[in-house]
Amino acid sequence: MADKNNILDRYTAGARLNHWINAILMICLVLSGMALFHPSLFFLTDLFGGGTMARIVHPWIGVLAMLSFLGLFIRFWRFNLWTRDDSAWMRNVKHVVSGDEAKVPEAGKYNAGQKLVFWLMSILTILLLTSGLAMWDSQFGEYTTIDQKRLAVVVHAGAAVALLIVVITHIYAAIWIRGTIRGMTRGSVTGGWAWRHHRKWLREEVGKTK
Amino acid sequence: MSSLQSLDIRRRSATVTQSPSQREATEIAKLIDVSRCIGCKACQAACLEWNDLREEVGVNVGVYDNPHDLTENTWTLMRFTEIDVDGRFEWLIRKDGCMHCADPGCLKACPAPGAIVQYKNGIVDFISENCIGCGYCVKGCPFNIPRISKKDAKAYKCSLCSDRVAVGQAPACAKVCPTQAISFGTKKDMAAWADKRIADLKERGYKSAGLYDPPGVGGTHVMYVLKHADRPQIYAGLPKDPKISPLVEFWKGVTKPLALAGVGLAALIGFFHYVTHGPNEVQAEDEEAAAKARRTPAE
Ligand code: HEM
Ligand code: SF4
Ligand code: SF4
Repeated sequence: MADKNNILDRYTAGARLNHWINAILMICLVLSGMALFHPSLFFLTDLFGGGTMARIVHPWIGVLAMLSFLGLFIRFWRFNLWTRDDSAWMRNVKHVVSGDEAKVPEAGKYNAGQKLVFWLMSILTILLLTSGLAMWDSQFGEYTTIDQKRLAVVVHAGAAVALLIVVITHIYAAIWIRGTIRGMTRGSVTGGWAWRHHRKWLREEVGKTK
Repeated sequence: MSSLQSLDIRRRSATVTQSPSQREATEIAKLIDVSRCIGCKACQAACLEWNDLREEVGVNVGVYDNPHDLTENTWTLMRFTEIDVDGRFEWLIRKDGCMHCADPGCLKACPAPGAIVQYKNGIVDFISENCIGCGYCVKGCPFNIPRISKKDAKAYKCSLCSDRVAVGQAPACAKVCPTQAISFGTKKDMAAWADKRIADLKERGYKSAGLYDPPGVGGTHVMYVLKHADRPQIYAGLPKDPKISPLVEFWKGVTKPLALAGVGLAALIGFFHYVTHGPNEVQAEDEEAAAKARRTPAE
């Protein structure tokens, strides 16, 4: 929604809460999971009260995080459907990286990079959930064979690292593209931000106010 | 079991640097001569007794195996097989338990520093106070040995009586065996003794008698003399060529440091991009263009 001060609403309070709950849970998951990933990171278990505590809490945080991600998915999936313009955007992604967005098709609410992040997160989340349940021996140990558990740990560790790289990209993009973070903290962005990065979305929003 | 001061450590789980290993130690081994075992289970009882463990009273399902599988209390189990071998009925009895691999999959998989150690003498021991109960050792072991306790969520298995060995005693099972089917000594001596036993068995017509010391796990510190060493599987599923699963090797191999480097690189690339390109800031023109677009939405 537009207003006189050239500000646009981007996220409802509910969406913002959902996003930050998810972010906090994800950080806890990354820390407690990576603690077991490599000996040099085992010290991270101290953040959770020791190795055994990290082992116990990680999967439970995982279940909560999956539920909160489901909320985000239901809120945002419609805006992340891939279009022809997105493919063209992706082919010219080098211009975006060097800060020259004029050379790529105008983006709607989300650009192709953001959509890619969304879908990668969705797929990796499902992989993490299924493999995580298969290696959760204290709750579901008897439901999988040892060979399935072996596959599960490899999938889980691989998906976790992939997700971590996606998250780093996501966070960096938010820092680099100034004016983005306020969208998720205050819920609104400036018209200039929308014009610069999501012009098609701006036009759609303006169209709605008519 | 806790770390034994009198035994130096060759390897320690989830530990990159070297553990105390100044002192020299002779590699030891336990030799189980299956051909001499009468299935009396004295070793099983001695194990419970020495380690102060109690097994639940179970149910009989028509086989001699009691309990039906290894548990967090039963670290060694007699497994009985009735089978026709080359047209002759045989009753095979194998004392199952940790093999004390030279290349232990449990230790490789364990994420908790010092929860599993391999002493210089070859014993692989679980240091339960450091165990976090994740069950990774179960996935790492090619012999399906470790069991997670329902009482304290720690992993348990045969310690090869490391506490006895540390003070110069033989394991309780070896001590108690009435037929001396279990012997204990240096690995070299045990291999030499096995050779004698195998020669004897061959003389008696067991042409494929041999020693089970599987090279796929670097050899083991619990070895078997088998009458049918060409077919170890007939002894209640003793694996023919045990190896750490390739999935576990992949999961715990170079992929880990590479993955960490990948994560670090992603962060570094982001930082360098910022340093070279600076922030992508909204310009005054953008705001003006937006304001204009919003005044004349028909455009
Ligand atoms: C429903 C979701 C999840 C469940 C049920 C789950 C479950 C588990 C379990 C059972 C373990 C073994 C250690 C333990 O018992 O705590 C584990 C390890 C791990 N988890 Fe998760 N997890 C989930 C989500 C995630 C997410 C979202 C991440 C990271 C982004 C993650 C990262 C890791 C890592 C890095 C490890 C260590 C893997 C290794 O040892 O190589 N997990 N997880
Ligand atoms: S359960 Fe096994 S792998 Fe996990 S910490 Fe204990 S000994 Fe190590
Ligand atoms: S048999 Fe299994 S538990 Fe025993 S040392 Fe080998 S890998 Fe570890």
